[in-house]
Amino acid sequence: MNYVIIGNSVAAVGAIRGIRTIDPEGNITVISRERHTAYGRPLISYLLGGLITEKRMPYLPPDFYEQHRVNLLLNSEVIAVDDAKKRVKLASGENVPFDRLLIATGGDPFIPPIEGLADKEKVFTFTTWDDAAKLKGLAADIERVVVIGGGLIGLKAAEGLYLLGKKVTIVELADRILSAAFDRPAGRIVAKKMKANGIDVITEDTVVRVDGEGAAISGVTLKSGDFIPCDTLIVAIGVRPAAGFLKGSSVEVNRGVVVDDSMATSVKGVFAAGDVAEARDFFSGAKNPMPIWPDAYIQGDIAGTAMAGSTKSYAGGLAMNSIEFFKVSTISMGITNPPDPAEYEVLTYLDAENYQYRKIVLKGNLLVGAVLVGNVDRAGIFAGLIREKVDVTPFRDKLLATDFGFIHLTKEIRSTLFAPIGKVA
Amino acid sequence: MKRIYTLEDACIGCHLCEVACITEHSLSKDPVKAFLHEPARPISRCTVEEWDGGVVSLSTTCRHCDEPDCLRACISGAIQKFDSGVVRVDAEQCVGCWSCVMACPYGAVQRNLAKKKANKCDLCPDRKNPACVDACPNRALVYKEGNQK
Repeated sequence: MNYVIIGNSVAAVGAIRGIRTIDPEGNITVISRERHTAYGRPLISYLLGGLITEKRMPYLPPDFYEQHRVNLLLNSEVIAVDDAKKRVKLASGENVPFDRLLIATGGDPFIPPIEGLADKEKVFTFTTWDDAAKLKGLAADIERVVVIGGGLIGLKAAEGLYLLGKKVTIVELADRILSAAFDRPAGRIVAKKMKANGIDVITEDTVVRVDGEGAAISGVTLKSGDFIPCDTLIVAIGVRPAAGFLKGSSVEVNRGVVVDDSMATSVKGVFAAGDVAEARDFFSGAKNPMPIWPDAYIQGDIAGTAMAGSTKSYAGGLAMNSIEFFKVSTISMGITNPPDPAEYEVLTYLDAENYQYRKIVLKGNLLVGAVLVGNVDRAGIFAGLIREKVDVTPFRDKLLATDFGFIHLTKEIRSTLFAPIGKVA
Repeated sequence: MKRIYTLEDACIGCHLCEVACITEHSLSKDPVKAFLHEPARPISRCTVEEWDGGVVSLSTTCRHCDEPDCLRACISGAIQKFDSGVVRVDAEQCVGCWSCVMACPYGAVQRNLAKKKANKCDLCPDRKNPACVDACPNRALVYKEGNQK
């Protein structure tokens, strides 16, 4: 059996482990356009800010590929998939045959057409190790930076640059930063912390022109007419599933590569996992891309298991993020901004002064979302209650308590989770 | 694999499991020295929860899951599952992002804020039985073969 995996991040690793659990024999080939072995992609902001060295970047023990007998092709880009002939074509012209294929290419940063942007030199995206390394290498020539986009990537890039002593301005189109992952009060707390550290946060505005002579940037002009001087631009508007190379194949691509609950695509023998995939949402059942690290691992594991001929079913993607901004811890999960407030009940506790916030989102008797800022201890208990669809009625009034724990749940749940099975001598 | 289980009805909420855990993971392995004199005193990897003034109590700890949510959420690869089944955090590799805290449905990964490292049960590699189990005066903690639930 020839397994080919395109991409080499967390979904690929989940798949490699998934395959090897069942099939110790088959050939696994991993093809990556990057030059590195798997690395902790979210660590790039830590690397940029000098919080870690390059030594911490590898995600796996050095002998992982050898131990799992993986043939690793780095610096290799797949340009086409021929699903009829069951082979992928590399940029080098080489063809790699497959029996089972996993598409785990992640996302590509989206760069919008902005006047004057194309011919400028110091314009960066921030999604790869090399992006961070390039920025770090140029750090001495950077003084003022504008970050377009106030999402997680933009904010983490801003923080990294701030730690290098750069003057940073964030420009966000929405009326607040972190609008996707966070609700309004949590976003406000983070914005307050950013501003307290001297980072300018501009909302409800966007960059319409990049100014400067030739390849050099002198500043950006905003829609409002304001001009912000800067010498470097980070574009962090968002990522799109990296599925362009599937054009010409029969693999169904909507926004991402459409997959079922075993991560199988529309083409037999071809699977997709991670940020490139469009899988079922935990709550709605609708399919949508979900660029969430733990979810990518889970999808990779399910795909690898299916590729090796066994089955594990996907419970649906549950968004969750744990991010620290200027030493304020934040964890959010599930539905944090209920679309129709009448259908949901929201419990909150706010102490903005001390950067503490807790929010619980309920739908009927079920927990569907949580936001924790400051004290995030044991947040995973909420994740468990969401995933297991536990009826919260008996402990509803305890959900906001900072010491919320299993003691507030029913004895039955506690026994199920922690008591020994069978007779104890 | 052998796992630590809790007999809730036998727990008297004495917290000796936590004392034993901190002591075992200290430099001196002496409770008095560890609590009073060690600059970076470890924090307990088991958590005793109490309610109603201690009428209800139990010690909760890591299940060393077959498919650990903490490992799947870990962005640095610091959390690994070994062939023996034990799930451990490599403190040097950990960046303190708390993704494991977000993911663990057992609430079994602690934040060591002083060190900015995730902290979790390692089943006491230097001992025959985990220190918490040996220290429990009421045998409310049981170390035996069993599944994760």
